[in-house]
Amino acid sequence: MSTSTTEGQQHPLGIYFQIWILLFVLSGFSYAVDYFQFEGYLRWFLVCVFMMLKAGLIVAVFMHMIWERLALVYAIIVPPLLLLVFVGIGTLEGDYTFLTREIFFGGAE
Amino acid sequence: MTQSGQATMTETAPLLDGTPGVIADWSSDQRAFKKTPWGKAMMWIFLLSDTFIFSCFLISYGTVRMSTTIPWPNASEVFALTMFGNHVPLLLIAIMTFVLITSSGTMALAVNFGYRKDRMTCFWLLLATALLGATFVGMQAYEWTKLIVEEGVRPWGNPMGAPQFGAIFFMVTGFHGTHVSIGVLFLFIMAVKVVRGKMDREEPGFMTGRPQDYGMVEVMGLYWHFVDLVWVFIFAVFYLW
Repeated sequence: MSTSTTEGQQHPLGIYFQIWILLFVLSGFSYAVDYFQFEGYLRWFLVCVFMMLKAGLIVAVFMHMIWERLALVYAIIVPPLLLLVFVGIGTLEGDYTFLTREIFFGGAE
Repeated sequence: MTQSGQATMTETAPLLDGTPGVIADWSSDQRAFKKTPWGKAMMWIFLLSDTFIFSCFLISYGTVRMSTTIPWPNASEVFALTMFGNHVPLLLIAIMTFVLITSSGTMALAVNFGYRKDRMTCFWLLLATALLGATFVGMQAYEWTKLIVEEGVRPWGNPMGAPQFGAIFFMVTGFHGTHVSIGVLFLFIMAVKVVRGKMDREEPGFMTGRPQDYGMVEVMGLYWHFVDLVWVFIFAVFYLW
């Protein structure tokens, strides 16, 4: 993985153009999800897949992460995984607040 | 790799790859990020902290949206444009997304040509990136104006639905737009530095007094790609939800 021996990142131009085109295509797909009005779990699945693919390609190639030493890669990529816990807490709290609001304010309207 | 080489573990000792490399780098009692210029490591750590800030915004947005009993305004309709008599959903946002991805591409190429010591190509690509970034900010200004003046969206309410919509929208896109604007400013500064040949001559930097090199363009690129990265998430969870 990280075999770079120099401090500068020098790679063939081709890979940038490939990733660039791929990002355009994936953005087009994301937009198509809305344009064709996919609904429900299919919409969520597609939105998340395209989002993660785009984010991964940008970080891996444009930001040169696949060519960095693993010590740096782990230091940057691992901490954001904690955010998943945060997302979970947010979801629980959101659902709980929604239910309480339905019970105490829902009937009044 | 000799025994004595491992025992002293100087910066010139052979570096390991893979997981043993991670352990060796972190336990070397020296700098942990081997072969990484300090500027790049600092930028990555800054971006990590920025990731947490943006995540706080987006997670708060998710929590607020899930907990509201009043329907959320339909982003697909709110951000639709009428072009040539056709009603196209989310058109402006799609164009903004493509502009930002294009600028990310030109930035990646600018970094590459910088390391090739191709001064003028690097300069023009940096300038193109800056102009595309400015275009993005301009379209965002148009979007805000349209929302405030025509749709009557305010941070405390709007005619379309849940009142939190405005607060979240202005907060998240405003913070992202600020990042883009700062990026554009620094892209112009970097472009001028490059075209004046400061990297080629390794002149001392204005702030740090350290010799400047094309690694600075790469660090600038990290920031710019991060701005694009954040937009990927905002686009997905704010506009496509």
